[in-house]
Amino acid sequence: MTTPFYASPEQLVRDRSEYARKNIARGRDVAVLSYADGILFVAVNPSSALHKVSEIYDRIGFAAVGKYNEFENLRIAGVRYADMRGYAYDRSDVTGRGLANAFAQTLGGIFIENSKPYEVEVVVAELGTTVVDDQLYRLTYDGSVSDLSGYVAIGGQAETVGAALEASHAAGLELGAALHAAVEALQAGVAAAGNSTDAVADTGLEVAVLDRSRQGRTFRRITGPALAELLGA
Amino acid sequence: MPSFHDFLSGAAPELLPGRSGDGRLPLDTVRHGTTIVALICEGGVVIAGDRRATMGNVIAQRDIEKVFKADELSAIGIAGTAGIAVEMVRLFQVELEHYEKLEGRVLSLDGKANRLTTMIRGNLGMAMQGLAVVPLFVGYDEALGRGRIISYDVTGGRNDETGFHSVGSGSVFARGALKKRYHDGVTADEAVSLAVNALYDAADDDSATGGPDLTRGIFPVVAVVTADGYRRLSESEVGAVVETVVGERMTNPGG
Repeated sequence: MTTPFYASPEQLVRDRSEYARKNIARGRDVAVLSYADGILFVAVNPSSALHKVSEIYDRIGFAAVGKYNEFENLRIAGVRYADMRGYAYDRSDVTGRGLANAFAQTLGGIFIENSKPYEVEVVVAELGTTVVDDQLYRLTYDGSVSDLSGYVAIGGQAETVGAALEASHAAGLELGAALHAAVEALQAGVAAAGNSTDAVADTGLEVAVLDRSRQGRTFRRITGPALAELLGA
Repeated sequence: MPSFHDFLSGAAPELLPGRSGDGRLPLDTVRHGTTIVALICEGGVVIAGDRRATMGNVIAQRDIEKVFKADELSAIGIAGTAGIAVEMVRLFQVELEHYEKLEGRVLSLDGKANRLTTMIRGNLGMAMQGLAVVPLFVGYDEALGRGRIISYDVTGGRNDETGFHSVGSGSVFARGALKKRYHDGVTADEAVSLAVNALYDAADDDSATGGPDLTRGIFPVVAVVTADGYRRLSESEVGAVVETVVGERMTNPGG
């Protein structure tokens, strides 16, 4: 008879964390930041069909890095959660905090119970009525949540991108300036990864905003000429 | 399938409109909405509804709204049991938005119309007890490049209307009025005027349809759907049309 293999909980958690981190480290980065008229999402993403940034609800946006099918699962669950809440109660009762909690429960459960954790990092952003009311939540593969203000970066080079944003981000930036800050920070991330010297704008940028000037559904993508104009400005 | 209705049926069926209740309710305890008209016009479609809700012989509400935006390119007007109808519209709006968010694209107009069929059919049990909902669905069809009107019966049977259509208790009179005045290629402005005229005629002959209430400033809800999207006319825009229509009727009551 074979002896069952024993691994201490510390060992298990360490192994899983290492596994998830290693795979997330290969992912391209996403930067999310507040600006004067909303919240800006910028992702380095060569695909225009497979999104890393998406709409969840009226004032809630979602950004993710890692394994596509896994964060897509979370996104679908998030849309269902939000639509169900909004239908059962009221649209104003759907909050980013509630959604971040739901994601944290899911990620935390999967991290412990499944044979492998989700290799994802997620940002839930909720648009406030003013810049100071904007909420950014960063969730990691093990279900930990951090509540941030101003800006957040996720992906393989999140630290480098985050440090660059720390230096360039200021409250009340205009959209164009915020986009430039994000692109520069993402470029720093690419340089730090050391595997490419291409400009991120050439690789492909996925850009979207939660627009404070809109009523109802505030999420909109910025593509094509509108994006080129902002990048050029 | 990225359907919110199907998801809700599994996850929380108690939240679906019209699920529950046996036996018959006395119908004069339930609010009923009345007349909706829709006309295809140059570049899109116009939909309008009167503002009256009745409970039996009583006017239950003077300012009910029965025309709603379904999504950017479609609108829905409802006649029948107001409580269930409004809930059905709410579910329909979430259904379209839910699909759009999950799939990253908007449903085709036929796709939207078919989803509405399913919902109306889901209410068939209630309709048999007298709590029917009959919507009128309109939208701009991007594939065809024109406005469309889709009508339903209580079983969800749908029909593409050419030109114009009307539903609700005053619809016979409204349709008669439209039949005489409507012609191909009406502009959106003309269509708005025709719609207000048709609702006036409906209110003239149907006690359950409310005419424009000049003393309280309550006018029909009128919306236009074109390639540029859904636009509900402001109170002052509708007010101006209503004044013209009522002015004309002062000298010629029959229109």
